[in-house]
Amino acid sequence: MKAAVIVFPGSNCDRDMAVALKAAGADVTMVWHKDADLPDGVDFVAVPGGFSFGDYLRCGAIAAQSPVSKAIVSHVERGGYALGVCNGFQVLTETGLLPGALMRNAGLKFLCKTSGLKVETQASAFTEQYAAGQIIQNPIAHHDGNYTADADTLARLQGEDRVAFTYTHNPNGSVADIAGILSENRRVLGMMPHPERAVDAGHGGTDGQPLFAGLVGQMTAA
Amino acid sequence: MKARVHVMLKTGVLDPQGAAVQHALGSLGFEGVNDVRQGKVIELDLADGTDEATIGQMCEKLLANTVIESYRIEVL
Repeated sequence: MKAAVIVFPGSNCDRDMAVALKAAGADVTMVWHKDADLPDGVDFVAVPGGFSFGDYLRCGAIAAQSPVSKAIVSHVERGGYALGVCNGFQVLTETGLLPGALMRNAGLKFLCKTSGLKVETQASAFTEQYAAGQIIQNPIAHHDGNYTADADTLARLQGEDRVAFTYTHNPNGSVADIAGILSENRRVLGMMPHPERAVDAGHGGTDGQPLFAGLVGQMTAA
Repeated sequence: MKARVHVMLKTGVLDPQGAAVQHALGSLGFEGVNDVRQGKVIELDLADGTDEATIGQMCEKLLANTVIESYRIEVL
């Protein structure tokens, strides 16, 4: 599988993401935000965590206007896979590839801890290697992770089985405890927790591994 | 010409920062602060003749996230 990891000024989880993808068997290329095209033959794009453009204006708002973001939108419109983690999730909502928005945490504090997540659906490349209903542990590290969407959008996400993960103990005020959501074609996942920080025993946990293994497995089979 | 764009969280969207400010005003002894909403003011220095519709597009595409925010344009 050919994977691209996007690097914005202020990205700080890009190398962790590359390490996690390589460990799962992906061929990884780092792509700078000024590149208007993704490398040829890319199957999957990861938008990593961090503070792209210093979170100026709104988290992810400036990054969503970068040349590479237009390339990501085209990639997804062609049916390509994409994952946005933390700031990457914020960027994907700002591009409109995922619905809703991430607001300031309800408690106003920056949260940096391990959080329990419930796998809400197995029906995606990202979650197929988990059991539905499985509780996993993933680090969270964000100030603006309070997911919100209007009632219609929320009903559609839930009705179409597009909530990928929920928090076991809602840390940030997210509506319906939502930690991660899927696009309509189930090929784009946005999530605030960091699966790439849970892929090695040295990280203190490996609950993120099945996400990357499932993704690489799906695309190697295809 | 100059224009000022006011960006606020939409009515009904919880504003935790506004709530914290309201609480702090109460702590300072100011009574009767029923609600506080916090937003942004963005000042634009524009080429003369820029029409309001263009400023509206700037708001829609970048300055506000219309999923959660509303905006008001004030041409100065």
